[in-house]
Amino acid sequence: MSLAVVLILLVVGSVIFHFLSPWWFTPIASNWGMMDTTVDITFWVTGIVFVAVNLFMAYAIIRFRHRQGQRAKYEPENKKLEWWLTVITTIGVVAMLTPGLFVWADFVAVPKDAAIVEVVGRQWNWSFRYPGDDGVLGASSAKLTTPDNPFGIDPQDAAGQDDVVVSDQELRLPLDRPVKLLLRSTDVLHNFTVPQFRVKMDLVPGMVTYVWLTPTKTGTFEILCEELCGLAHFAMRGKVIVDEPDAYATWLAQQRSFAGTQSLAAADPVAGQVSYATCAACHGAQGEGNVLLNAPALAGQPGWYIDRQLANFRKGLRGAAPGDTFGPQMVGFASILDAAATRNLIAYLQTLPDPRPEQSVSGDASAGARLYDTCAGCHGVDGQGIWTSNGPRLANLGDWYLERQLKYFKQGVRGKHPQDFHGAQMALLMGTLRDDRAIADVVAYINTLGSGPAMAAAGTAAR
Amino acid sequence: MSTTVLFVLVLAGVVGWWLFARQLTGRPWELAQRKLDDSHEGATLAVSPARTGLWVLLAVISSFFALFMSAYGMRMMLDDWRPLAEPSLLWGNTLILVLSSIAFQWTRVAARRGDRPAVQTGLIVTGFFTFAFLAGQVLAWRQLSASGQYLHSNVANAFFFLLTGLHGLHLLGGLAAWARTMLRLMQAGTALGQARQSVELCATYWHYLLLVWLVLFGMLLAT
Amino acid sequence: MAYVAIADRDTHLHDPQTFVTKYIWSQDHKVIAIQYSLIAIGVGLVALVLSGMMRLQLGFPDTFSFITPNNYLQFITMHGMIMVIYLLTALFLGGFGNYLIPLMVGARDMVFPYMNMLSVWVYLLAVLVLLASYFVPGGPTGAGWTLYPPQAILPGTAGASWGIILMLVSLAIFIVAFTMGGLNYVCTVLQARCRGMTLMRMPLSIWGIFMATILGLLAFPALLVSAIMMILDSLIGTSFFMPAIVSMGEQLAYEGGSPILFQHLFWFFGHPEVYIVALPAFGIVSDLLSVHARKNIFGYRMMVWAILAIGGLSFVVWAHHMYVSGMNPYFGFFFATTTLIIAVPTAIKVYNWVLTLWHGDIHLRVPMLFAIGFIFTFIHGGLTGLFLGNVTVDLPLSDTYFVVGHFHMVMGVSPILVVFGAIYHWFPKITGKMYNETLGKWHFWLTFLGTYSIYLPMHYLGILGVPRRYFALGETEFIPDSAHIANESITISALIVAVVQILFIINMVWSTWRGQKADPNPWGATTLEWQTPDTPPKHGNWGPKLPEVYRWAYDFSVPGAARDFIPQNEPLDPKIAPGRDHGVHA
Repeated sequence: MSLAVVLILLVVGSVIFHFLSPWWFTPIASNWGMMDTTVDITFWVTGIVFVAVNLFMAYAIIRFRHRQGQRAKYEPENKKLEWWLTVITTIGVVAMLTPGLFVWADFVAVPKDAAIVEVVGRQWNWSFRYPGDDGVLGASSAKLTTPDNPFGIDPQDAAGQDDVVVSDQELRLPLDRPVKLLLRSTDVLHNFTVPQFRVKMDLVPGMVTYVWLTPTKTGTFEILCEELCGLAHFAMRGKVIVDEPDAYATWLAQQRSFAGTQSLAAADPVAGQVSYATCAACHGAQGEGNVLLNAPALAGQPGWYIDRQLANFRKGLRGAAPGDTFGPQMVGFASILDAAATRNLIAYLQTLPDPRPEQSVSGDASAGARLYDTCAGCHGVDGQGIWTSNGPRLANLGDWYLERQLKYFKQGVRGKHPQDFHGAQMALLMGTLRDDRAIADVVAYINTLGSGPAMAAAGTAAR
Repeated sequence: MSTTVLFVLVLAGVVGWWLFARQLTGRPWELAQRKLDDSHEGATLAVSPARTGLWVLLAVISSFFALFMSAYGMRMMLDDWRPLAEPSLLWGNTLILVLSSIAFQWTRVAARRGDRPAVQTGLIVTGFFTFAFLAGQVLAWRQLSASGQYLHSNVANAFFFLLTGLHGLHLLGGLAAWARTMLRLMQAGTALGQARQSVELCATYWHYLLLVWLVLFGMLLAT
Repeated sequence: MAYVAIADRDTHLHDPQTFVTKYIWSQDHKVIAIQYSLIAIGVGLVALVLSGMMRLQLGFPDTFSFITPNNYLQFITMHGMIMVIYLLTALFLGGFGNYLIPLMVGARDMVFPYMNMLSVWVYLLAVLVLLASYFVPGGPTGAGWTLYPPQAILPGTAGASWGIILMLVSLAIFIVAFTMGGLNYVCTVLQARCRGMTLMRMPLSIWGIFMATILGLLAFPALLVSAIMMILDSLIGTSFFMPAIVSMGEQLAYEGGSPILFQHLFWFFGHPEVYIVALPAFGIVSDLLSVHARKNIFGYRMMVWAILAIGGLSFVVWAHHMYVSGMNPYFGFFFATTTLIIAVPTAIKVYNWVLTLWHGDIHLRVPMLFAIGFIFTFIHGGLTGLFLGNVTVDLPLSDTYFVVGHFHMVMGVSPILVVFGAIYHWFPKITGKMYNETLGKWHFWLTFLGTYSIYLPMHYLGILGVPRRYFALGETEFIPDSAHIANESITISALIVAVVQILFIINMVWSTWRGQKADPNPWGATTLEWQTPDTPPKHGNWGPKLPEVYRWAYDFSVPGAARDFIPQNEPLDPKIAPGRDHGVHA
């Protein structure tokens, strides 16, 4: 008897929960409103079955519960009833399936006038490519992927020269224009999901998949990876910004083309050495860093990271947050370096010997080794840095500097700027370093790194 | 996957037909049906459990190879597939395997007659041919490797080594049963004893593996 | 007709002699069943602890420094794989299949007892290899239970070098064990039934186990095939599944392979696997409902046909797990249709369970509570399956907590409720003792309500858009803070449910030791296992003479009969026959 009552309460409770709970789809921002309709239809059909069958069962339990002298009825089957139930069920199934298939037919057929944008996923970040004026994306291959050509665009393909490449995790789309997103991965499976768009699709290495949609609302939405892609899967986030067409066109015109990224003049280390004179005052004559002046080592750090950090200082992504005591000092220096000067500087830094900073942090390196397991995903097992995951080199960077930056990430001093995706990723991963003790431990472990085979391989590759 | 789906559908069709032939439609609570049912002996198929077991096992192995063939078919469609020229030695090996199957059939007939010496001879001949086949397959592998066609050179090669290897493994398993049969024959003295059933089952298994080989070989040749 | 006598033939072949042959190297199906069950429940408890660890991380992120992202992914992988394969598959088929098949069809034992014994020990080996992955460099694999390449064998995933290989090897060993057991189950059902036991007189438990075994025998090879190819990809560098890849900034030597090929193979196994777990549960719960409602199962023939139809259809729906995998989108039409067709026979089963209660004489004993709890959770899980099977509706929900809620409801909670119900139901026969009713009821209520409070909110987290397999959600704009409260409450419920299982273990251990002596047929059941001369049944099950069957398995409350049940081996009673003792619908 109590069972029947509980069943009734569960049914009623579930229905109330369904209608009263605040948890429902986030408001839609694409043309796929029909998907929400199919979900609603399914909810109504299944909801009615759920309520009807369970209440009937509860009633049967009450009415036919055991009592003295009661006897069950002998009823092997009831053909007519069973056929009726089969027919009704079939009708319900058809009612759910048919609209679904019609919407799916829309999903499969991409409108002819849809714009094309390529989404590239790799562990654990997003980048985007637009076809340029010719409307055609150049051929690409994982085999051609290098730090200088992260999209792996075929330099021989004329169609690829005007492709616009965007590597800062922000996808921009024009309002009310159908767009076909071509999805590509260079390492493992990923999944492109924007909850507000409803549609999603896996990125599969070795092939190109697609989704299409028409954004119907301006605004900024989050991109999530929803196919397990390794340890930082949960931190593989991006943003999509839907703009008015004019604003979109303006933005697109400002972006660099593939040819633009490839046709730069050769870097001049001698000119770089001249510029470096300013930096040497704090960072040391050999780029070895100086703890007393709070300047980290620069030598040995990959060029793409130096380039990005200088840009971050310039754009206010770094060095502008309250609580960042030493970052602001860099902002002025960074802003006097233009693109060419930066490349020259990096070329010079690469001629400098690997630094061996003094060690000042004391922690439990063996406890740190376990924690570093997570860090290795982006920064490498030897702390050598990995360009595909945007993880800078950690080995020989100076433990005092690592400790300070980790604390900054933990406290929200670094990684809070809305456009600092890599910083935000780092901040999210800081959940694995629970307190100062853990930070000291992991830094103590990083102090032991810097001489492994991966480090040696990375060193050779950089030269 | 269509190969596998087809395989399963055929199997389901056979099982379904057989079940309906067995009157899965009867109402077991009705008197007329009950009288029929009461006289049922209890077994569904008029064969020994060991033979039933073998058939089920062959269905499992068929599913295994059908899935490999599906995978082969799907993987073949991709760009990097470079077809492998199968060594002509395989034709000779195929002939040897056919001979081993014929020899086993001959042994089986001898076993049914109760002709113990003939069974013994037949088993030895079968074993000889089977080992010769396996040696031939290994030789074919070595020929390929000698010509620079390794397992990891191309996925077509990988499939070739894998499929021939797995077929060979199944044959090795059969040889274990064959060895057991020989042992039983020796223990049985002058009579055939339990060896008779073993010969029967092994012969079926040999024919089956010949069939698998012919299908695999045909697929490898055709692609 | 030499085959008829098989069932009697080999009784002398393996009479147990010593403690070792009786309890360890035993060829008795009942002992093997208990060995299977204890190993399965043991490893299942490991998986339960792992789920507790996951929930701690999800409910209280940034709190437990001993859970890193890699650990978390290892937890979900091992939890999923253990629960699906090493617990549920092994328990339903190796445990219940072994115990029930010979007893319910009236055989002395399985037809190949020696192979049956090997099966359980090979299964143990598979479990040990699996658990060994905790002691190798890098620990167990963290690739998710689907083990998708390329990520499963590349750095960036825990256990990409050792753990994944051990997992695949363990699965291969398990498949060998399963095949040895499966041959037994199929052949025993087909060939070793006692006189009068036609197929249509078999209890539905046997039908469910029989069909599940056939599915397993045909589907597990798909897992074996993909495991072999993935091992070669990992160790030798072949490119079955591996395309050209830049991993950790380095070009790898792979070229041209297809990760989707693996997914097809995996789900060709993976979907039938759902029914490998579900069909035995369907069968067993039918028998529990019938016995404790004192009424014949409603629509027996429809139930048998539905089992066959579901089993057949389960081979043509696999790609509904792959709607967003990047496969050819046109497949979506076909697989959505076949998937929703499967809802019809499944719904018929649900109706017939409920209609079995109608006009019954319902005794709400512990097994019956679990059986009815199953109907409720299965309706819930089955209906949410209609969302995910329908390709368009799946799109927004796929890879979210809606999926997690759905499959836990339908193939986690539901089968487990049946497992508990079945253990309570057959406990008096297995041990000869009675379990403690009060503890059993507490166990039911806390488990049933606890699991519902875990999984109902999960569906709504999924609708909000919370992705699955996330170590931490962090901050997002579209997920309100209240979702974190839901996560905390789910964690608390999960921990309570996990702890409550101690009640079950205490009840089982204590009752086996000190329980009251049980009646040989305490529920008044009709099937053969309750009619054995000894309780628990001795080796050989039936004493000197095999039973003979004279009626179907559901002669409850036959009009005119003195008792409200007539065992299957009781001949037609001339007093109530022929006119009365054959049901109402002529």
